Amino acid sequence: MATHFFGDTAVLTGRTMRHVTRSPDTIITTAIMPIAIMLLFVYVFGGAIDTGSASYVNYMLPGILVITIASGISYTAFRLFTDIQGGIFERFQTMPIARPGVLWAHVLTSLAANVISLALVVGVAVAMGFRSGAGPLAWLAVAGILILFTLALTWIAVIPGLTAKSVDGASAFSYPLIFLPFISSAFVPTRTMPGPVRAFADNQPVTSVVNTIRDLFAKQPVGTDIWTALAWCAGILIVAYAFAGIAYRRRIS
Amino acid sequence: MLSAMNIPSATNRAQEPAICVQGLEKSYKKLRVLRGVDFEVARGGIFALLGSNGAGKTTVVKILSTLLRADAGTARVNGFDVATQAVGVRESISLTGQFAAVDEILSGRENLVLVARLRRIKDPGALADDLLGRFSLTEAGARRVATYSGGMRRRLDIAMSLIGNPPVIFLDEPTTGLDPEARIEVWQAVRELAAGGTTVLLTTQYLDEAEHLADRIAILHEGRIIVDGTLAELKRLLPPARAEYVEKQPSLEDVFFAIVGPAGEDHKTRPLRK
Repeated sequence: MATHFFGDTAVLTGRTMRHVTRSPDTIITTAIMPIAIMLLFVYVFGGAIDTGSASYVNYMLPGILVITIASGISYTAFRLFTDIQGGIFERFQTMPIARPGVLWAHVLTSLAANVISLALVVGVAVAMGFRSGAGPLAWLAVAGILILFTLALTWIAVIPGLTAKSVDGASAFSYPLIFLPFISSAFVPTRTMPGPVRAFADNQPVTSVVNTIRDLFAKQPVGTDIWTALAWCAGILIVAYAFAGIAYRRRIS
Repeated sequence: MLSAMNIPSATNRAQEPAICVQGLEKSYKKLRVLRGVDFEVARGGIFALLGSNGAGKTTVVKILSTLLRADAGTARVNGFDVATQAVGVRESISLTGQFAAVDEILSGRENLVLVARLRRIKDPGALADDLLGRFSLTEAGARRVATYSGGMRRRLDIAMSLIGNPPVIFLDEPTTGLDPEARIEVWQAVRELAAGGTTVLLTTQYLDEAEHLADRIAILHEGRIIVDGTLAELKRLLPPARAEYVEKQPSLEDVFFAIVGPAGEDHKTRPLRK
């Protein structure tokens, strides 16, 4: 079966990618909320936030990218849930194909769709005055961290996709993920927050991811943040993958 | 017991019944859905599993198509054990579930091409066009399935199940929720399948469907098969027919078809109640 894994996954990914390209609204709605938040913060609240020397759009873009991913993966849960509801998931499971390919197709499509949304958001940010002197290597590192973060959150999205009882349930899980960047260093420096909130903000995954990307964009040394960020991404990925595996086996046994 | 452990050779497999179920049990938490189901389905022909809602028909089909694991008992499909040789079973079957398992966002033709590619058919496009023709979907082939009627979806669903010519096909309540015309279209498709030598196991809660389609009928009731035989055999279980004089009133179905016209060329096979 392993010999068919890549071929089957490619065919199935082609199918889910068509779902994305035939409803481009999923990409636009993914990108539109982060863009709206970005406009609001830069042109309304931004003047009152003191972030030091950096321009505010430069400061907040990493957090906006995290929000983009968090809202994008809810469509992954939605697409997987619709497959299960519609019965096509069961059809695939009764066919002589590599079974994990069905899930991997959704995961790869999630990566592709999120990369498009992220590019859209970065484009708008550039139009709003975002500038970075980062070299190709730093951009590559930013892309790598964002892709790893998307992969980790996508495997979280697979769990409600497999277990939800309703469409709303399948996508509701992403709301706390969208909210998480607000209690991090994404929009305001954490030092302005009261003790317990600051303790949470300093030690949650979004802060290390945001700080790493911000430093890479600003050509600053990333320090230990990058290792904390990578550890968080890898940790979330492993735990989510394990739970998705349990949810999957429960569905097929 | 020993012989059941042996893996049959290819020649044995061809002689074995298409489906062989022994002592199948399955519970969902405390609800005992299957309490020892036994039946055999010979090769070729149509076998109907009849039962009311919740009798466990879908559970049987899910176990036979490797979607569910049984708690106890054995089941073999085309000579392969569903628990230990799931890959062999999947190569031998197609499942058409209770709800048409089609991709709404793709076109009808793309759905067929998708399944053909997953079954590693050499020329998926040609096969798709051929099936669209056989199931009267050529004109709708390029349209998104979301625009299809219930009957068209079902026909596409069954067409997708034929790809790769699996020797055994499961149809789980293939006509539930269809209008009378679409129902007759599906019956016609099922008959053609069986005529081509495919073994068809269909579940239904409609007595007339089993009566019109099936060579053999098994009744699943409270988790067990309580009767299993041909229609003639089942009829012999009842007291002999009495001759009664009854004034023939047209049924609503007769009225319906008199008004809208017959469905396809299959109107000859529609129930004639005397």
